Amino acid sequence: MNTASVSLGASVSSQSRFMQLALAALLGTFIIGFVGFSHIDAVHNAGHDNRHSMAFPCH
Amino acid sequence: MNLFRNVVFIAAIAGLVAGVVLACMQAYATVPLILKAEVYEQAEGGHSHDHAAAPAAPANAASDNAMSPAAPAAPNAMSAATPAPAAAAAPAEDEGWAPADGFERFAFNVVSNVVTGIGFALILVAVSEFAGGIGNWRQGVFWGLAGFAIFTLAPGLGLPPELPAMPAADLTQRQIWWVATVVATAIGLGLIAFRKSLPLAILAVALIVAPHIVGAPQPDSFETPIPEGLHHQFVVAVTLTNLVFWLVLGAIVGVVRGRFTGTATSLRDSFA
Repeated sequence: MNTASVSLGASVSSQSRFMQLALAALLGTFIIGFVGFSHIDAVHNAGHDNRHSMAFPCH
Repeated sequence: MNLFRNVVFIAAIAGLVAGVVLACMQAYATVPLILKAEVYEQAEGGHSHDHAAAPAAPANAASDNAMSPAAPAAPNAMSAATPAPAAAAAPAEDEGWAPADGFERFAFNVVSNVVTGIGFALILVAVSEFAGGIGNWRQGVFWGLAGFAIFTLAPGLGLPPELPAMPAADLTQRQIWWVATVVATAIGLGLIAFRKSLPLAILAVALIVAPHIVGAPQPDSFETPIPEGLHHQFVVAVTLTNLVFWLVLGAIVGVVRGRFTGTATSLRDSFA
């Protein structure tokens, strides 16, 4: 799947590219962790149906 | 931070659309089943989520549990099955704020679906950029299938989607198993897709299988008031809604990214 010849940030150095993509993935992981895995009651209750429907471990 | 900004922008659009699509599917496919299960949960009087007003309960939900502590004042089984009066609705165990049933609950579900969608989209876009990027909607569908396999299928084998009132092992243990399974499956699929080497492919299979040999944390007892048919229906609904969610997410990333880069290489030219 080594594909699209044009990348999103063609001009950035490879190290900076790695850092930015890693940062984006980390941000995504953090968001999932907060919505789906937080033990805070209010967060759990707000996303309750979502957690069940995404099959995140719940309760 | 040009690249980072672009990734976040694409992920936000894809997550927003796929999240709204998922919330609408859930409103028809999964949430009604959760509401039904909550009736059993409240009738059982065990761990209650206390979504203030329970939906109209089937009489049989309470008839087996007429003596349950949830309805100590109930003179008979039928009244135990009716929506709890205000006094009884007060949380037995304080579980904090929860959205009110109806529109508020739906609205919060949409929001959490969109946020979850953006989170998954960020991971999807970032990881796919390392592999060259998702060039068009068809590639996006394949990436979506991979996401579905990693985040829904693999953890769902050991920890099937649960309804309220279903027995489960310790939450933290399950979360650890869930994350470990997702990581192992993702690495495994990545090795198969991007490394043309037999030993690595064998290692990949081992990685994908390993979490299931270790086994997901299981509850002490499988006793539950939830009928098996209801649970099975829920597992099917969750799996299919998540499949559509991932396909939509991947496809939209492909479309939006194509607009950004101005390229729409055909799958035949580019798919390895």
